[in-house]
Amino acid sequence: MTMPQMSSPAGPRRAAPGREPGPPISRRAFTAAGLAAPLAGLLAGCGRGADAAPGVLRVLDSYGNEPDSTFIGDALTKAADAVGVELERVSVDGSALIQKVLQQGSSGTLPDILMLDNPNLQQIAATTALRPFGELGIPTDGYAEGILDACTYDGQIYGLAPTVNTIALFYDVRALDEAGVEPPTTWEELREAAAALTGDGRHGIAFCASADYEGTWQFLPFFWSSGADETAIDSRPAAEALGLLQDLVADGSASPSVVNWGQVEVKDQFVAGRAAMMVNGPWQIPGMADVEGLEYDVVEIPVPAAGATSVAPLGGEVWTVPATGDSTKESLAAEVLTAFFSDESQLAMGAERYTVPGRTALAEQYLRRRPEMETFTELVGDARARTAQLGADWPDAATALYTAVQLALTRQASPAEALARAEEQL
Amino acid sequence: MSTTTAPTTAPPLGASAADDGASRRSAGVVRPRLSMPTRQRLITLLFLGPAIAYMALFFGYPLVKNIIMGFQDYTISTFFTGEAPWVGWSNYVAVITGPLFGTALMNTIIFTIGSIAGQFLLGLGLALFFRRRFPLAGVLRSLLLLPWLIPLIVASAVWKWLLDTETGALNRLLMNTGIVDSGIPWLSSPDLALFTVIMVNIWIGIPFNAVILHGGLQGIPEELYEAASIDGASRWHAFRHITWPMLRPVVSVVLVLGVVYTLKVLDVILGLTGGGPANATQILSTQAYQLSFTTFDFGQGAAVSNMLIVLALLFAVIYLRLNRRAVDE
Repeated sequence: MTMPQMSSPAGPRRAAPGREPGPPISRRAFTAAGLAAPLAGLLAGCGRGADAAPGVLRVLDSYGNEPDSTFIGDALTKAADAVGVELERVSVDGSALIQKVLQQGSSGTLPDILMLDNPNLQQIAATTALRPFGELGIPTDGYAEGILDACTYDGQIYGLAPTVNTIALFYDVRALDEAGVEPPTTWEELREAAAALTGDGRHGIAFCASADYEGTWQFLPFFWSSGADETAIDSRPAAEALGLLQDLVADGSASPSVVNWGQVEVKDQFVAGRAAMMVNGPWQIPGMADVEGLEYDVVEIPVPAAGATSVAPLGGEVWTVPATGDSTKESLAAEVLTAFFSDESQLAMGAERYTVPGRTALAEQYLRRRPEMETFTELVGDARARTAQLGADWPDAATALYTAVQLALTRQASPAEALARAEEQL
Repeated sequence: MSTTTAPTTAPPLGASAADDGASRRSAGVVRPRLSMPTRQRLITLLFLGPAIAYMALFFGYPLVKNIIMGFQDYTISTFFTGEAPWVGWSNYVAVITGPLFGTALMNTIIFTIGSIAGQFLLGLGLALFFRRRFPLAGVLRSLLLLPWLIPLIVASAVWKWLLDTETGALNRLLMNTGIVDSGIPWLSSPDLALFTVIMVNIWIGIPFNAVILHGGLQGIPEELYEAASIDGASRWHAFRHITWPMLRPVVSVVLVLGVVYTLKVLDVILGLTGGGPANATQILSTQAYQLSFTTFDFGQGAAVSNMLIVLALLFAVIYLRLNRRAVDE
């Protein structure tokens, strides 16, 4: 077989010299016209998406999977009906959301209502792409401190979360009973319990320590509860927190594979009985409902010593109104979101999606409907927002943190060294 | 660049002869509204136009944009405000002096050489094997294409599952047969992870190598081997003096394309390790991806990918040179 490309380097050269130096303008104009035509079409195509019919609001979120997509869709529709507008909703994959937002931002086609993951809000707000809720008249009172921290940029609130979540310690009730172990509340108890529960093809605990933000997110409750702070990650309390995780892996209480596991894989391990405890969030609850013979309960993530507070990281998606320049639609979007954030709507979404209503006053009512969410509801009240202190600089700290976790858990460095090396990266 | 000035001064012989032919032909017929050379030029442009437009739009523009981006402080805000301050070489300085660059560059080199060597040798072995005729050869050869047909992200998810330290099928097999006592941490040990991702990448690259090399082998005339066997050449001699020289142009194509493909591998590593554990599998492409799309530092991300482009370009130039030599021969 001969490759067709082989003759090509010589080809064009032979053809070109035959030409006399012709009039250059016509050729250039011709080329320009040829280039311009498709480009113009492309641009026109982009522009058209921007303005849907009046009375139709465009919504962008990342609830692409069922059943969340339907739950959110229903709540949105209800809110839109109350205002009397129609919605044109697009759901993309979570990992593609920011890229989509950036595309839309640069082409001036941002939607009228936009969902963001809460750690991204301040970064997007910093670009002036969002409208402050104060100007739009969306009520912001009664929300948990963490939510307001995550949604505040430069003194203004740019978004709110109708429901939120966090992570806690799930445990296999029967495994703990058989081993005669109580659910751990302190780090010492956690070490002992995890060691006692390990054996017979099972690890005491599973958690996620992957090389991405998910790994950081799961390290945060240990990091924060120790008293460590993301403004200076190379600290003694931080090294102790990291030391705990390192020990759990080193003595076999946790699998060395935790450095490759995402939270879904952690749940799979737990469900399959290969881990007696796991760090995970309430969004796994629906997926564990149908597992036969699995009886689990949830407690707060253990703290360094008895009496300390378990600080949980705040998770959840916030809803915003992008600055589209169309003030009529912006105020309609504000009305829709106000209805979407109503008590009734928060309770309904919270119950359906196993997420905690954003307004703290709804906790009692919520727990009557979802008693199994008690631990998470308590945690969320004091949960800390990842961007509360660093704002738009959080991604750098988050990268440093998962790097440190990976270094320590793979025994490339002691916890203190790992944190010091990660701090250098900042 | 010197070739562009050449035509005006001294057109090579072959070309002018062709032109003379064209004008001689047009002499006898009724003259069209456009002179023949102009018409021909128009037709040439009409044919070239779509290709040039396509190249400029989908290759030229992103390339130029990426090069410029490498010199800008290009962040999330840029997408909304359009402001991207010019920062000169500081993105390159930041990346190159950063703690990750050395690791990533070294890993890129090991990953590329390891992958190419494995893919090529195994691919060549399989291509030679399938040259023989035996029952079910066609079926087996098409099965060989399977890794190529599976989306990379699916393949890496399955491999990740197979390679799990404790529950992965590979370790189960090794432990059950008594080859090892405890699971090998294929992807969770920083010492092994790079080796493992290279193995998976080799598996992915074998079909490409095998298919192209097999195609090259088909082009070698059977008579040469017959003649050689009459002269009493051994199998090795036949390979050394017939197969290898005849296959060389194809080999250079496979190797250079392989290098370019391997330099830009991203999804396999993202799917298997995400660059971990502890950056053990971080290569330049994953670093570029993370800079651009997880920390949103598009300027530095562009700087890293520009360096990758230069590397790939280097190999493309080698490829063209090898090609020319092959043609000259």
